[in-house]
This record gives sequence, structure tokens and C-alpha cells, in this order.
Amino acid sequence: MTAASPGAGAGSARIGVVTFPGSLDDRDAARAVRLAGATPVALWHADDDLHGVDAVVLPGGFSYGDYLRAGAISRFAPVMDSLVDAARGGLPVLGICNGFQILCEAHLLPGAMIKNDHRAFVCREQQLSVQNTDTAWTREYALGERITIPLKNQDGQFVADERTLDQLEAQGRVVFRYAGWNPNGSRRDIAGITNEAGNVVGLMPHPEHAVEPGFGPDGPAGPRRGTDGLRFFTSVLGSLVR
Amino acid sequence: MGRVVVEVMPKPEILDPQGKAVASALPRLGFYGFTGVRQGKRFELEVDGEVTAEVLEAVRQAAQTLLSNPVIEDVVSVEVQDAGTAAQVQP
Repeated sequence: MTAASPGAGAGSARIGVVTFPGSLDDRDAARAVRLAGATPVALWHADDDLHGVDAVVLPGGFSYGDYLRAGAISRFAPVMDSLVDAARGGLPVLGICNGFQILCEAHLLPGAMIKNDHRAFVCREQQLSVQNTDTAWTREYALGERITIPLKNQDGQFVADERTLDQLEAQGRVVFRYAGWNPNGSRRDIAGITNEAGNVVGLMPHPEHAVEPGFGPDGPAGPRRGTDGLRFFTSVLGSLVR
Repeated sequence: MGRVVVEVMPKPEILDPQGKAVASALPRLGFYGFTGVRQGKRFELEVDGEVTAEVLEAVRQAAQTLLSNPVIEDVVSVEVQDAGTAAQVQP
């Protein structure tokens, strides 16, 4: 335990991390949950039981090899039926990268991700501007705060029709915008969005890779010292003990 | 054996990075005069026996729910491939 102190009773919170065939960052996500002070629970794509977890993270990776479309096949995994129901009932769900793509394919979030406009894989430490601090996963950030977390993807260009984009803006559902540089051509610099209730959040960059000093992005505290991603996980604990 | 062919294309208003990559490669190989390329997907769904109205309806539903994402893609055709054509493509 290092950068942040979890809320009271957080240690008993159980946060599920789903593993699909081809998930890559499930172990990092579980580690982030542990560093935030909660207990990670491994969930399996073929098991429709959420095992009574208090929140769920859909991790990054290339589930089902990104065949057909990123997230398109995972969306129909048995675990997703239970997850979609639970999310509609208010369960906090965070989709990171491939997890965000799955949430869009499952229609829990609007829009879709297509190939980056420059057609290359991108891997960098990305600055984001926090646009909404009312979601279950962003309560511990400040509005307008700039954070730096890693970004790594091929299909990261967020697209939606103009009406949907206008609606997202009007309802304050853009949670993160790319700051400094738009790395993939996403409409209106959108890096992450939420559903109307604020319990489901999806973003392309990876907060779970910026949770421990020595292994995070470079920052003002020094090289590899960035832990800007940790507050995703402490935020959700705060929303559980509320 | 029956076969239904489904074709899916990116929506016209969506930038197609793959098509753009192909378009920019053409002149390098000496193919000039092509002002645009869009890349889509073709699916061949096979069934034992004939393609009944029921089968075709199931394919149409699959095309809308799994084979395409209506946010970014259009199903541009769902066609039954007749037995003669199907026989020709056998190796």
C-alpha cells in the first residue's frame, strides 16, 4: 500500500476481474484492485456467475483475437449476460481498452471503436483531462485535473453519430478527453465515457498500469513514479461504502 | 449444401483506415486513377440441405446482431448462393 488510503471497510470489498480468452491485463487489474485495498475476484468468461462481487473490471487485451470486431465475440460470453443485467441494476463496471470495446458491443455504452486514424498501433504515456467526477470510478479526481496513464491500442478511435456525441456532451457523460494530443482520431477527443447512471465507465487508456511507484509513467515525482490510475480503484471503493 | 453470403461494409460517413491504407498502396504498385478504396467483409454461412426462408431469416438476424455493428457498419447484402455457383467454388 502506497499512494492512497482506501475508504473504511474497503478491505472487505470484492472486485471481480473477468478473464476472456485473449485477455492480457487481467492480472494487472487484479493487482490494482489489491493495491487499492480491496480483494480481487477472478471471474471466467464461460461462467455466468458473478460470485456476488461488488464491482467488475473488464480488462484490456485482445479477447478472441479481436476477430470479427474488437469485443464483438466476448460480448456474447456467458458472463456478459449476468454482467449486463447487474450493470443495468447499478453494479459498478469499468471497461479498460478491450473492456471498453466489449461494453460498447454489449450496448452498455454508446458508440464503437475503429482502427486508429493513423493506422498504427500506439503505445505511450497519455495525458487525459478529467471531465466528470460523479461516476463510481472517478469520484476521487478533481474536475479538469490532468492525469497521465499509459495508452496502448490499435482499434482506439472512438466513433459515434453526431446526435449521440451531442447527447453525451449535453448529459456530461464524457468522462475523459485526450489532452495535448489526440492519439487515435477519436471524435471530440473522447477517451472515456459513462452511462446515464454513472456506474458503467469505459476508457481506452490503462489506469491499472499506473498504480505503483516504480512501475508507472514518468511524472513530476520522478521517472516511473506516476500512480494517477490508482484513484479509479479507490473511487469505486468509496462509492461502495457510501 | 446451401450457402448464404453476407456482405458488410463500413458506413459511408465512417473513416475506413484499412481502405485508406490499400488506396495509398495502389499507386506504389503502378495502379493509378483509383480515387478511393473501402474495405468490407464477406461471410459465407453454410447449412446442410436447402436454404429455407427460416434459414434466411436467421442469417438476416445474425447479420444485424453479430456479423455487423450497426454503429459503424451496414449489411449491404444477404444472398443465397445457388447450387451451381456453390459447386464451382468447390476445389
